[in-house]
Amino acid sequence: MIEIIKCKINGRDQEIAIDPRESLTDMLRNKLGLTSVKKGCEVGECGACTVLIDGKSYNSCIYLASWAKDKSIITVEGLTSENGELSPVQKAFIDESAVQCGFCTPGLLLTATEIVNSGQKYTREELRTLISGHLCRCTGYENILNAVEKALNQEN
Amino acid sequence: MYNIKKMYNAETISDAVKFLTDNEDAKIIAGGSDVLIELRHGKLPNATLLNIRDIKEMQGIELINEDIIIKPLSTFTEIAENQIIQERIPMLAEAVNTVGGPQVRNIGTIGGNICNGITSADSASTLFTLDAELEITGPDGTRNIHIKDFYIWVAEVDLKQGELLTKIIIKKESYENYFGHYYKYAKRNAMDIAIQGCAVNCKLSDDKTKLENVRIGFGVGGPIPLRCFETENKAKGKLINNELIDEIGKSVLEEVNPRTSWKATKEFRLHLAQELSKRVLREAIERAGGHIND
Ligand SMILES: Cc1cc2nc3c(=O)[nH]c(=O)nc-3n(C[C@H](O)[C@H](O)[C@H](O)COP(=O)(O)OP(=O)(O)OC[C@H]3O[C@@H](n4cnc5c(N)ncnc54)[C@H](O)[C@@H]3O)c2cc1C
Ligand code: FES
Ligand code: FES
Repeated sequence: MIEIIKCKINGRDQEIAIDPRESLTDMLRNKLGLTSVKKGCEVGECGACTVLIDGKSYNSCIYLASWAKDKSIITVEGLTSENGELSPVQKAFIDESAVQCGFCTPGLLLTATEIVNSGQKYTREELRTLISGHLCRCTGYENILNAVEKALNQEN
Repeated sequence: MYNIKKMYNAETISDAVKFLTDNEDAKIIAGGSDVLIELRHGKLPNATLLNIRDIKEMQGIELINEDIIIKPLSTFTEIAENQIIQERIPMLAEAVNTVGGPQVRNIGTIGGNICNGITSADSASTLFTLDAELEITGPDGTRNIHIKDFYIWVAEVDLKQGELLTKIIIKKESYENYFGHYYKYAKRNAMDIAIQGCAVNCKLSDDKTKLENVRIGFGVGGPIPLRCFETENKAKGKLINNELIDEIGKSVLEEVNPRTSWKATKEFRLHLAQELSKRVLREAIERAGGHIND
């Protein structure tokens, strides 16, 4: 089974031949080589596969590739600028040592990007709730929260 | 790769009804946060899916003559952020905000949450206490039923061949002057299924000293979500005080019917039913401007 869909991936218009049975995670990783999108649980529990769809975070493992038609999708590959410079959120994660093994990091970077792009202010408690769809087995979350807070304060 | 044999994308409700009528084994998919999990676990092999996501008539939240119409494709995030909901029935926003985490709330729909027929569905008990009416559309047209009559048994709802849920209606008289609260008891603050959920919606007398009306709903109080109608009737018109609250807490025990599961024992769930009904009722009374006298 093959279906052609049009969508925007990391700012670029693309036409992609997908299998209607595949998840968005599979499409991004296998068809486009965007391997920042991680496969953790594949049942919506861990957040490792999180991408932004029209600016909002979704678990791409429980989202069919065919639903991406006419949508704009951002993965970590799309966060860096043309010349390869890291985004403020990415820099904040490095500065605050919010990365250990790195498996949860791509997903968290995207949720953090959505939070920063919202232009709103949040308390640390609210940020905790906003990142609650991500599991991190290494950091204990504190440095991640520090990083999100730092990126948020810098931007807004 | 999901084990999908065929997927049909319906554009209109009548299109969906026709496909469902012609394909007995078709499974409706909305947000997919239950269906895709079942597929992943091999519980729906070789599935024929009816995709209803693109049906415009089933999207959005409207106010018609002050009745609130929630279309079933509304996601939890859309409901929580909607002004009509926030201003008129904030307890529903509170309830749907307890589902999973932010990403799941962007995916999951309220229609899917009710139609899966699961007792722990976080929106269900609140919809019970809002006396929600469901519009079901099928080959013979539409019919409306109270949500309490929609649930038949675990994972079994009143949807006949060819039917789908097309509207959730909350009438003005069901929410006007009511104040409510939903509390989800779970082991974790996020990404966890309720061990029990309790929703209370109440209306006080003008002088705020009496419970003019109260509605008490439970998720995981039994095999399907339920209301405690007998307790509600006993409490109607009573003076608000600690004694009344204790009485209500005891009385709900006659109406709930929880069981032991790997998450919690029956005894613990009974304890929760008594304690949660009291706490949630207190909060609802306070939100209604009431005061609990000794
Ligand atoms: C990680 C994770 C965490 C979760 N946490 C929670 C939680 O905390 N609380 C909670 O309540 N749920 C939770 N869920 C379950 C799920 O997200 C919800 O039940 C959600 O509301 C399902 O909606 P959906 O649109 O995604 O459903 P779908 O999977 O598309 O459909 C669910 C069921 O409803 C049927 N259906 C859908 N729409 C209609 C319609 N309009 N008419 C007739 N039938 C229809 C489908 O055929 C299917 O049987 C969680 C799920 C995941 C994956
Ligand atoms: S891989 Fe998608 S949520 Fe875990
Ligand atoms: S850094 Fe290892 S899981 Fe988060």
